[in-house]
Amino acid sequence: MKKLISLNVNGIAHELAVEPRRTLLELLREDLGLTGTKKGCGIGDCGACTVLVDGVATFSCLTLAIQVNGCSVETVEGLTKDGKLSRLQQAFVDHGAIQCGYCTPGMLMTTTELLRRNQHPKEQEIRKAISGNLCRCTGYQKIVEAIQEVARSENEEI
Amino acid sequence: MKKYSILNSRVPRVDAVDKVTGKALYTDDIKMPGILIGAILHSPLAHARILNIDTSLAERLPGVKAVVTHREAGTTPYGVSPARYDETIFCHDKVRYVGDEIAAVAAIDLDTALEAVSLIKVDFEELPVVLDGRRAMEEGRPLLHDIYKNNICAEVHWHFGDIEQGKKESYIVRTDHLTSKMQDAAFLEPQSVIAEVDSHGNLTMWSSTQAPHYIQRTLAMALNIPLHKVRVIKPAVGGGFGPKASCSTAELATCLLAIKTGKPVKLTFDREQVFLHSRARHQFFHTMTTGVKKDGTLAFLDHQCILDGGAYASFGIATIYYAGSLLGGPYRLKNMKYDGYRVVTNKPACGAQRGHGAVIARALFEVQLDRIAEELGTDPIELRLKNVMEAGETTCNELFVSSFGMREALEAVRDSAAWKKKRSLSGKTRGQGRGIGAACGFFVSGAGYPIYRSRTYHCTVVTKVDDVGGGVTVSSGAADIGQGSDTVLAMITAEELGLPLDDVKVISGDSNLSVDLGAYSSRTTLMTGAACRDAARDVKRQILEAIAGVLCVPPETLDLKDGKVESLSGELDFSKIREEYLREHKGFIDLPNELCLTFREASRIAFLERGSIVGVGMYRPPPLGGSFKGATVGTSPAFGCSAQVAEVSVDLGTGEITVENITGAHDCGFAINRTQVEGQMQGSMMMGMGEALMEQIIYDKKGRIVNANLAEYKIPTAMDMPHLEAIIVESNEPHGPYGAKEVGEGAIMPVIPSILNAVYDATGVRIEELPLTPERLVAAMEEAKKKPSLQENP
Repeated sequence: MKKLISLNVNGIAHELAVEPRRTLLELLREDLGLTGTKKGCGIGDCGACTVLVDGVATFSCLTLAIQVNGCSVETVEGLTKDGKLSRLQQAFVDHGAIQCGYCTPGMLMTTTELLRRNQHPKEQEIRKAISGNLCRCTGYQKIVEAIQEVARSENEEI
Repeated sequence: MKKYSILNSRVPRVDAVDKVTGKALYTDDIKMPGILIGAILHSPLAHARILNIDTSLAERLPGVKAVVTHREAGTTPYGVSPARYDETIFCHDKVRYVGDEIAAVAAIDLDTALEAVSLIKVDFEELPVVLDGRRAMEEGRPLLHDIYKNNICAEVHWHFGDIEQGKKESYIVRTDHLTSKMQDAAFLEPQSVIAEVDSHGNLTMWSSTQAPHYIQRTLAMALNIPLHKVRVIKPAVGGGFGPKASCSTAELATCLLAIKTGKPVKLTFDREQVFLHSRARHQFFHTMTTGVKKDGTLAFLDHQCILDGGAYASFGIATIYYAGSLLGGPYRLKNMKYDGYRVVTNKPACGAQRGHGAVIARALFEVQLDRIAEELGTDPIELRLKNVMEAGETTCNELFVSSFGMREALEAVRDSAAWKKKRSLSGKTRGQGRGIGAACGFFVSGAGYPIYRSRTYHCTVVTKVDDVGGGVTVSSGAADIGQGSDTVLAMITAEELGLPLDDVKVISGDSNLSVDLGAYSSRTTLMTGAACRDAARDVKRQILEAIAGVLCVPPETLDLKDGKVESLSGELDFSKIREEYLREHKGFIDLPNELCLTFREASRIAFLERGSIVGVGMYRPPPLGGSFKGATVGTSPAFGCSAQVAEVSVDLGTGEITVENITGAHDCGFAINRTQVEGQMQGSMMMGMGEALMEQIIYDKKGRIVNANLAEYKIPTAMDMPHLEAIIVESNEPHGPYGAKEVGEGAIMPVIPSILNAVYDATGVRIEELPLTPERLVAAMEEAKKKPSLQENP
């Protein structure tokens, strides 16, 4: 039987009736049309579905929608502020940290959490933080360089 | 080098912003009203006769709209190589691997579709399985296909030069072996398909494919629909690396379901299905005997290979040829013999994957060169430098290299990685846990011939100027699967027309737009790039002719640059010509007021003069290659080459290998976009490193994959990868646009052997089985301790 949940996604409040076994990933992609969040494996191996739940990087494919009742969820669609790319998004664009782009949304969300927690992570800290986000195109080199650019800055905005 | 305004720069890729904001639409992101969801029934058995398929329960399940089997699909054979069409949309007589497709369902949602699949009852008669590729050819083994005697789906026997003469000239002759395991391409986006039929019977399919044109042909053939009624559209694709170049049952079944139901149908693989469908890297068993003269000159190569390709041919015919032909370079090698067998076994079919066919062969040959250098007491890089080909030379198997920065690439990695210093140190410290190794590679820049026999153009590009003036739209069937070909086409067009990148729109990956053979064999930059350049030049000529006509000046005195018409013969008065444009745009705010004529005005005036301005470019390679059987595979208008140095540390107790540094140099002829070239190199390093150290599909005794997921099929994470140094070498390829040639696949060639050679330097032991897992390394080190003489004097 469906359950009524309320959650805030990218600053917008939603109230939805969901099947108890519906995942957060399905809720975002199917019910809210937020297809920026990707499904690469469905079992928590690849990190493509990473979103922030109350600020914590979370695999949305392993999270039930009813678990986020009352929570605040951030997805890649919420990173842009006033039509402007976040500094992290811009750094990914400038450094060529994107190829096929399928890991990119999850990679950005994981890194957003890292940089909020630790404004100036070292290279090893960056690599450790994104080690649950698989990328098959870049060898991670340009992703790490993009994150390092943001991490070097004193600007607190991410 | 000529000065360019945008080429050779690091402009961000044209789809970058869409990809960081979540706007880029991949196939599974596309929604349609009333869309049905498809699901496939896969075989649970590796080899069995199908006695009966009962779909009645599935058909009766509420919410099911269609159930299809071979009865609805027919049994028209299809495949990749026309000479080996051995697949049908669904199995009808036998299943040949765990995962082989038997039926498909379309239903109102995924749950219903999956339940319906579970209700299809299939009666099987189990057959004995063939799982070991090395034994598949033996007499008396069970046969997978009637058409493949002894399970051999293709064999190649080549002899170039005279290896007997080579043997006579040799000072050192040695034989070595290397085997690998089947691998998965592990692209992040699982295959996804949507199909729909309109009221005129036109079938449109959206698919995460690398090759819309080939898929269009296969759909038309296997489903018996006229080619012009089939349209294949490639939305954003989350990586392909080869397996998405062949047509899949997912594509065929989804189209069939759309035809049967009259509704749009979507079918998306889960990750396990990606592994089951495979079409990724073959399993290779290589044996090579190589001889060199006393001075280190290569004398001959005698090469045998068995390729385990799983249940169907797929790209495997090309694979077995590539495994032999691409050893023709990058070294001068006069005498080469090759005997290759591509066999079928009861495992998922293998196909093309980055560095098609050539990766493991390259790895063994480069390991051999290292071992020979050691026997000769020569530095391995010096031995390679002694043998590298130069531009203008032809290999023994008749591959002509028109540009070749092999020497430059090798010297670049040697110097950048401080090879001389580190190698001399490590020579003394062999086997002490730290090592450095080098290797080279050689690869095609676009297959010289299409997969089907034809003199078809390999691509056409149509560039149309906006009728209202201002920008252009480039239309191409080329498939950007993440490698960045749309950006290359936009940059080339912007360069030729003197436009800012934002005024060039690229639409691509649609079989309605043009013929383009697709993203495989590292062909797009050279081939579609050349066609794109010519289309832009055609547009430019027409615009300048129109403007010159109005101004009454010769067209050759005009040029397009920086968004303007430039006069090469002194100042021109554009005020008259501008009047009409201003009159047309009364009320517009941002009207041009500069002294020179803007592209926006010029392109509109050209339209007023001539109507729509459309430029067309085409590319077809000249006839290439020798006249021997199979000579077409390996031919290319140009060849890329690369060198790499890897540094590793090894825990001599646990066998754990850490790659500390990779320095690679690749000759891409000319870097259209420097960031993208580096990106292809770095991605190749990662994929090669994964293949060298951790990637392997593991089967149980019944042919079931036991690690069909991304946790147990390990690919490198950011923690595994070292710093990757990518050095671009530009040799100015005469057959490529602006001198450009490939980088997408060639860059993977030296990765595995450079790591293997470094691990030997660190441990003193050689491993003949990939991947080089800690278990295999520890076992080899233990063995070496027992028989130290074996490793010293093989």
